[in-house]
Amino acid sequence: MIYNVPFLAVVVLIAIGAYALLFKRNLIKIAIGLTILESGVNLFLITLGYREGDVAPIYTNLPSGRGMVLPVPQALTLTSIVIGVAVLALILSLIIRIYRKYGTLDSHEMRRLKE
Amino acid sequence: MNDWIVTNAPILIIATPLFAAFLTPLVDRVSKRGRDAMVFVATLITLVIAFILAKNVFDNGLVVYTLGGKSVGLTLPSGYHVPVRIILEVDGMSVFMAMISTLTSFVGLLYSFSYIKGEGSGKYYTLFLMMLVGMLGMEMTGDLFNLFVFLEILSVSSAALIAFYARKGKPLEASIKYIIISSLAALFVLFAIGLLYGEYNLLNMGALAGEISSEATFTFTTQIAFILLFASFVLKAGAAPMHMWLPDAYGEAPGAISMVLVAATQASLYALLRVCFTVYSMAIDASTIGIILISLGLVSIFIGATMALIQINMKRLIGYAAVAEIGYILLAIGVGFFELAKVGGGGVISEYGLKALQGGVFHIFNDVLDIGLLFLVAGAVIYVTKESNLNKLGGLAHSMKYSSIFFIIGMAAVSGLPPLNGFASKILIYESVYKVSPITSIIAILASIFMLAIFVKIFHSVFMGPKLSEFATCKEAPKLMLGSMAVIAVIMIFFGLFPDFVVNNIVNPAVNALMNQAGYIGSVLGGV
Repeated sequence: MIYNVPFLAVVVLIAIGAYALLFKRNLIKIAIGLTILESGVNLFLITLGYREGDVAPIYTNLPSGRGMVLPVPQALTLTSIVIGVAVLALILSLIIRIYRKYGTLDSHEMRRLKE
Repeated sequence: MNDWIVTNAPILIIATPLFAAFLTPLVDRVSKRGRDAMVFVATLITLVIAFILAKNVFDNGLVVYTLGGKSVGLTLPSGYHVPVRIILEVDGMSVFMAMISTLTSFVGLLYSFSYIKGEGSGKYYTLFLMMLVGMLGMEMTGDLFNLFVFLEILSVSSAALIAFYARKGKPLEASIKYIIISSLAALFVLFAIGLLYGEYNLLNMGALAGEISSEATFTFTTQIAFILLFASFVLKAGAAPMHMWLPDAYGEAPGAISMVLVAATQASLYALLRVCFTVYSMAIDASTIGIILISLGLVSIFIGATMALIQINMKRLIGYAAVAEIGYILLAIGVGFFELAKVGGGGVISEYGLKALQGGVFHIFNDVLDIGLLFLVAGAVIYVTKESNLNKLGGLAHSMKYSSIFFIIGMAAVSGLPPLNGFASKILIYESVYKVSPITSIIAILASIFMLAIFVKIFHSVFMGPKLSEFATCKEAPKLMLGSMAVIAVIMIFFGLFPDFVVNNIVNPAVNALMNQAGYIGSVLGGV
């Protein structure tokens, strides 16, 4: 049971992220929701590769008689974190420019495209 | 030397624009002219490599390229039963898409040379090349995680380019919509990749397809992963009812980018086809998925055509027409998939199923050309008049003769009139989807007529009528813009006049590659 806790955390994080994306009107909150969602996915990948009692996947440091956790999900997570930072930086810089132009962060008031 | 290029073409086609993209800001500091020359040469080389690779694949079949291995064909190092390295896997469908991406980028680049002026142009070309890298990477790779990485590269660079004219305000709104929706889709793709990795310990698409080959291994987790992948890629491909970001993004992007964005959307469509036809085709209930694709196609056609009717912004209107065109592709591919399900593995697909697939795949190319040409003309109109409102434009044919001729060509092609390319693929679609249900053909033909009416209306309001005083000083668009429109128009007329040649030489290898799932798996795992 105790090893399922990270998976429950994944579900909670993704649910919070999806809620913020769907129901929040403030752009900053939407960006935060996206980041929480991303953390949930990253946590999911890391948890997948974990094996009880094993050490970090560094071949030369391996104590005898112990295994290593899977290295591939860790590589995936690192890549995904780097991409996430780039996306977040772009979103935040767009939000700054939008605030300067529109004077608001409310997504419901951004309807100039539909006029 | 020549052999070296042919052998390494799958990685060179990604590496060349990537290298040039990082070189651009440096060269930009030294000389603008040098930068333009370098970007041009890099894109031209990529285009040439795409055609070399296409010839190689059409002649010799699927090409596998292992990164970091002792030899490029070594997918399974001794002692391994599953591929552990990143593998690029290029089949007929991949090179078909690569030709579309490189061709549109090349023409778009020519157009950009006269469209993009002044501050920030160095960054523009960097992002432009990164977009090309993203598209080509998605189309070349045989690895799911790699697909995610290139999807994100494509999303970030496209979003930045959509917001290129940030001081106008509106592009920012379109861009933030695009980037939030794209990164949401990409995160769900990553989640699905995690699910698949947890289930099978594999990331390679060919090897995954080998594992998901029977009902027994098609577990609940795999089904969830399929739903996430399917929904994310349909969202990125811009099919209705998930199209809301598409007209905004297309409408606010700078001239040439709107056209390249069409090709970028097609890259996501390619990923959708790869997931449906290659990774999952043996296990899923293909007739259900076929019907879902058909319904998405019909809804997109209907919504695209009707929403285009009420638009007053020229580029947004063309954006809605693009939604309808995506609908035609999904409709035809859906019918093909539906038919493929009936025969199962190894059987021969019925003739109209094959026709539908041919029409759908052919229409992918035609969609980029038709909508692309219209976007280029719309970009030229906006460049010359600084106005995109249809109610304010008028009488431009007096000063923009050539642009109005190109608009007529694009308009005739997009509404499927002979002898242009739009007719060639749409007739294949009409005559094959009829077999599944007559309603589908009726909606498809009606929407085409609708689109003709809409485009005649905007042709009339933009180009016809007396010369307006506010546009009295407007001249014809610059020569380079007209030249790039002419390139597209010539290809369109060629495709329209010799559809058999195109279908036999370019489309059929792509269709066969889509249906040949065993070949895709066998080239990775060996000996199937």
